[in-house]
Formats: sequence, C-alpha cells, structure tokens
Amino acid sequence: MRPLPNGRPPCRGDMTMGGPVITRLGAAAVAAGLAGFVLAPLAALSLRAEGFTPTPADWAAVRFTLLQAALSAAVSTLLAIPVARALARRRFVGRRALITLMGAPFLLPVIVATLGLIAVFGRSGLLNGGLSLIGLPPLSIYGLHGVVLAHVFLNLPLATRMILQGWQAIPAERFRLGQSLGFAPRDSFRHLEAPMLREVLPGAALIIFTLCLTSFAVALTLGGGPRATTVELAIYQALRFDYDLGRAATLAGLQFLLCAIAASAAWGLARPAAFGAGQDRATLPAAPGGWRKGMDAAVILAAALFLILPLGAVVLRGLPGLADLPASLWPATLRSLLVALVSATLSTAAALTLALAVAARPNRLFDAVAMLPLATSGLVLGTGLFLLAQPLVPPARLALPVTILVNTALSLPFLYRLLLPEARALHQGYDRLASSLSLHGLARLRWLTLPRLARPLGFGAGIAAALSMGDLGVIALFATDQGATLPLVVHRLMGAYRMEAAAAAALILVTLSFALFWACDQGGRHADPA
Amino acid sequence: MLTLRDLHLTVGNFALTADWQVNPGDRVALIGPSGAGKSTLLAAIAGFIPHASGEIQWNGQPLGPAGTRPVSILFQDQNLFPHLTIAQNLGLGLNPALRLSPAQHKAVEDALAQVGLAGFGPRKPAQLSGGQQGRAALARALLRARPLLLLDEPFAALGPALKSEMLDLVASVAGATGAALLMVTHDPADARHLCPQTVLVANGKAHAPVSTADLFANPPEALQAYLGESR
Repeated sequence: MRPLPNGRPPCRGDMTMGGPVITRLGAAAVAAGLAGFVLAPLAALSLRAEGFTPTPADWAAVRFTLLQAALSAAVSTLLAIPVARALARRRFVGRRALITLMGAPFLLPVIVATLGLIAVFGRSGLLNGGLSLIGLPPLSIYGLHGVVLAHVFLNLPLATRMILQGWQAIPAERFRLGQSLGFAPRDSFRHLEAPMLREVLPGAALIIFTLCLTSFAVALTLGGGPRATTVELAIYQALRFDYDLGRAATLAGLQFLLCAIAASAAWGLARPAAFGAGQDRATLPAAPGGWRKGMDAAVILAAALFLILPLGAVVLRGLPGLADLPASLWPATLRSLLVALVSATLSTAAALTLALAVAARPNRLFDAVAMLPLATSGLVLGTGLFLLAQPLVPPARLALPVTILVNTALSLPFLYRLLLPEARALHQGYDRLASSLSLHGLARLRWLTLPRLARPLGFGAGIAAALSMGDLGVIALFATDQGATLPLVVHRLMGAYRMEAAAAAALILVTLSFALFWACDQGGRHADPA
Repeated sequence: MLTLRDLHLTVGNFALTADWQVNPGDRVALIGPSGAGKSTLLAAIAGFIPHASGEIQWNGQPLGPAGTRPVSILFQDQNLFPHLTIAQNLGLGLNPALRLSPAQHKAVEDALAQVGLAGFGPRKPAQLSGGQQGRAALARALLRARPLLLLDEPFAALGPALKSEMLDLVASVAGATGAALLMVTHDPADARHLCPQTVLVANGKAHAPVSTADLFANPPEALQAYLGESR
C-alpha cells in the first residue's frame, strides 16, 4: 500500500469559520426578520387602538368567536371518537384511502369547502331537496349552526386522525390481556380506551378551538350580521366597509389576545402528532361483533359521505361552468400560484434554517419566535401592515407581497414543528461524521441535509403551498378589483350569485391546491434516496 | 506528535484527566470499564467536545475545529452516509463539496481496491455487509491519510474472525499512511493483537501508555477489577 493523494496538507488544520456559526447566524437573521414582521404590525395596532374602547358589537363578536370555536371543537372531537374507534378496530376495502382522504380537508381551500357545503346543505341543496320531498320546511345553512357545520367538516378529519393515533398507540398486548380477563366491550372502554381519550381529547379539542378562533372565510360566507360575526370578520368589515382604522386596530388587539392565550395553552397541551396517522399493525384490538359491527359500518359510511358529498358537489357543479369562466380568472390563477410557490419556498427555507440551528444547539428564543405567528392571525397581521403601509403607499399596491409574507409567517410554525424532530435526528445521526469530514455550509446542505430531509421538506412545502394557494384572508383586506387571487374570485362570484362559475373556479382552485401539494410531496419522496 | 498536556475533560458530572503523548506510528489501545471516558477522550481529540483546561496539541501547535484536525475517526456506527454511494462517501473524504479531479476519482477506485471492495463504488451502504461497510470506512481513512487514526470500536458488532481481519486491515492502513493509531476496545485480545502500547482509562484518569504485554502480565488493581476472571 501507499499513501494516496488527497489534495490538501495533511497536518495543519485551517482555521476557517465552523459550519455551526454560519447556521446560527442564518437562524438569528431569520428569527429577527420574523419577529420584526410580527411585532411591528402589533406595535402599529397598539398605537392606533389607543383611546378606543370596544363597543357592544365588538364584545358580541368576541362572544360569538368563542362560542363557535368551543362548539366546533366539542362537536368535532365528540363525533370523531366513534369514527376513530371504527377505523381502529375494523379492516375494510378502502380504509387506507379513507384515512388519506381525511388529510384532505386540512389542505382544502376553506372557500371551496363552504361552497361544497352550500351545495349539499344550502337552500337549494341536496338536503333541503330531500326535506321538501317529504314535506318538511327547509333548513338554513347560514348563522351559528352553518359556521359550526363548516368547522366540523374541516376539522372532524383532523380530530379523527389524532384520536386514531391514540387508539393505535394502545399496545395490542393490553387488549389481549383484557380478553384473557374476560373484558366486555364496556370494560375495555373503561380500562383501556377511556384513559387514552382523557389524554388525547383535550389536546385535539384545543387545537381545533385555536384554528376556529381565526376563522374568516367561513364566517364571511356562512356567518355575518350582528349575530354571527367573528372578530376576524369584524376586523375586515371595520377596515373595508367603514374604513374605521381605530376600531379595526382595537378588534385586532382583541383577536391577538384570544389567539395568544389559546396558542400558548395549546402549546403546553397538544401533542405534535397531527399529521402522520394510520400505521397498521398485525393484530387488531378486540373487534366486537353483533350490533357494534353494524354501528361501526354506519359511522364509517356517514363520515365518508359527510366528507365526499360536498367535494363531489363542487366537482359536479363546477364541470359545466368550466366552459364559461370570467376572463379575470386567469390572472388571478397566476397570482395565486405565485403566492403559493413563493411563500412555500420562503416558509420552508426559514423553518429549515431555524430547525437546523435549534437541532444543533437548543435555543429557547428561536423556538419561541418560530411559534410567534400562532399568536396572530391573517387579519391581525394584515391590519397592522395596512396601518404601517397606508401613510406611505396605497395598500392595494402591496396586496401580493403582503399576502405572500403573511402566508409565509402563518405556515412557518407548522413547518418548524414538522422539521424540528427530523433535524434533530439528522444532527444526532450524522453531525459528527459530517464535521469530521469538514462537511459544512453549502456542501453539507447539498450532500447531507437536503437529501436526508427531502421527504419532510417536500411534505411541508406542499402543505405550505396548498394553504397559501387557498388562503382567503389578508388578500381580501388589501386587494382591489384588479389584484384578486383565485379564492377571492371564487368569493366574489359567490357574492354575485354566479354559483356555477364560482363552482368552476373553485374546482380549478382545489385542483391546483392539491396538485401543488402532491407535486411537492412527490418531489420530496422522489429526492429521498433511501 | 499528539500531546495531551494536563488535559481535563468535564461533561456534566463526568471528569477525565490525561497527560501524555503519542508519537508518529505508535499504535495505542484504550481499555477500561464502560463509562470510564474512552470515547469521550477520542471525541475531545477529534474536536467534538471542548476541554475544560490543559492542551491538546499536534506537533506543538493547538488544534482547530473538528474536520480541520489531522485526524480520521471511525465511530461505533454511522460511519457512512446511507443516502450516498460508497464512492461518494469516500470522495467526501477528499473534498467535502464532492468536486473531484480525475486523479481523485482514480484515488477513490484505488482505495476501494486496496480494501478489497473493487467495483463497489456505485453501491449504497445498505447493499454492503457490516464488514464491507467497515472496509469502506477504512478506505476513506486511507484516502484522507491523516497522521492520526482514531477508532471508537467501529468493529464491535462484527464476529471474532471478521473483527480480527478488520484489525489487520487497520494495521495495514496505519502502516501505509504512517499514521499513529488510537483505538478504543473492550477486548484485551484486540489490544494484544494490534497495539504494542495500551492506555488504561479508569477512575477519572487516562493513564500514560505502557507496554501492552507488561500491562496484562501485571495488571493494576483497576484493570484487574475490569478484567475479572476472564483474564
């Protein structure tokens, strides 16, 4: 053997700046930018809101917000229990497809969901058609129960997946032990399932409560009026209709308080396991027969119909409308794609930078900053930015950049929590090997970080892209007739009662949202070399 | 020449001292009970953990950050990136950006051939047996040709025959590169097989290297306690 050329002096170490320093500097820059982006609007709000006290109508909006969020959380989690139990203890054709489908409403543009629900439950929808056939008076989908219905539609699948995970986390041996002791289903529930539910349900309910606190598009389409206005909607109305900046700022301050309290409570309680459910195991928990089998089948069928019918209605109503779409749709589509791609890229890069730094060295400040956007909402940030921008430029000119940045900030906490455990595992597994080979900076990113994290990065970017694509929030605050995005076009078509065109635009929106998610997710899987 | 001068390591409640040196071409085993700090000492020499006081020097100079040190290290596991090919894993040892000259590509091929893995370059680590993965990691150490080779029990999971074969390969890699060898082991046979000198790590101290034969012929109390009846 002979020594081989290695192209560098063998002995002396060159004292270059180590990779960890660069990682930390990058993360500090991202954290500072994010903190500034969230805190500056909040500061503008607090200055502007000074001297304004909330009116009775504002308190009514706060009460309605809390009421609908509490009802939505309670109904979603309670209904999810039988669905999750049936999915946990039965095996049937299409089970995996149904569980996958349960991931869809999380990515579904809210405006599309409401359109689908109106098609099924609205005045001339399927349900009322059935009711009139048997001579019953029609039901209205508007108001509190409509808002709760939409929130249950959007969150029941999320709750089901979280509870299903809890069920699957009960070791099969426990059920076997129960069987050997002669447990009836009631005993199994009391000794095995109820303790699990006590642990999982509060976290699931709190997450859904927090999500529903900032509900805007649902309230905009199905709520409204003095009796069914959320704070988020009230902010929009104060700014867009009354141009009452002080009142909008006051409401945004109230919304911030609600979100901050709920988010910090959820942070303590919730388990970060909302995404990946549905691992099968070889042995099933005891699956009782008899009437319980029929009940499980009915529950699964009902849940599947509840999910599929509104989506199917959008497709059926949208297809004929595709021939007759307004010309304004295409620029709006391009704008939405731009918003989705840019904000997904920014958000994924920022979350990765923070996650890598925190994985390498725990940092409570970075951790807190990454979660900061959860204490705000689209309209809170939007109003603050509106106040900051308005003395300098016409806010409408900033509609797209603001929409991009707000969506970037709002999807960052999800991505951060998704990437952090992966970044930790990567650091534990390969940091020393990489450091021993001087693998730093861009080379480490290219040869280690991106390939090893390709899957969660693709999945996370897909979620961010779909959420930004479908977001109807801050854009409604800033855009004029010219600068609308696709969700806003859908909303305006609905407002003009052009339901067929609205459904067609919604069909394009939902197709593009899911296509973006699918493309990013597949891209990640494809790039995963393992 | 590696010099540990009045070195103190502390990690939490754990503390270890060392004050000795290793000359070029020396082959030194580190033996002692689990948790005594053998791996910690190697991690400090490789630059993964800072030392509390004292000095780690190479030829009289203090050392830079990990990766810039005159060191190749083989860990207990995770010595290869599973998502890269064997050739890429070796190439990283020459250039972290993997921009290799034709001569360096040739060098990778040669190193693989020298450890008996000719033609394995395009494969992924998972397609190799445990022994072959160890060979690939050794081939990278051969390529890097750093003057200090640190082994943190990379072959502990291999059977006795395969391990002995790997140790012979280590000896030939160290011989070819002229590197000094520091090797953690639990097995006195490994020390006798490969290392003329042994460092006993016990009771918070890494003792200065002594002749392996003498040490096992006349073990001090701490080593007797560790070896038990098996001696």
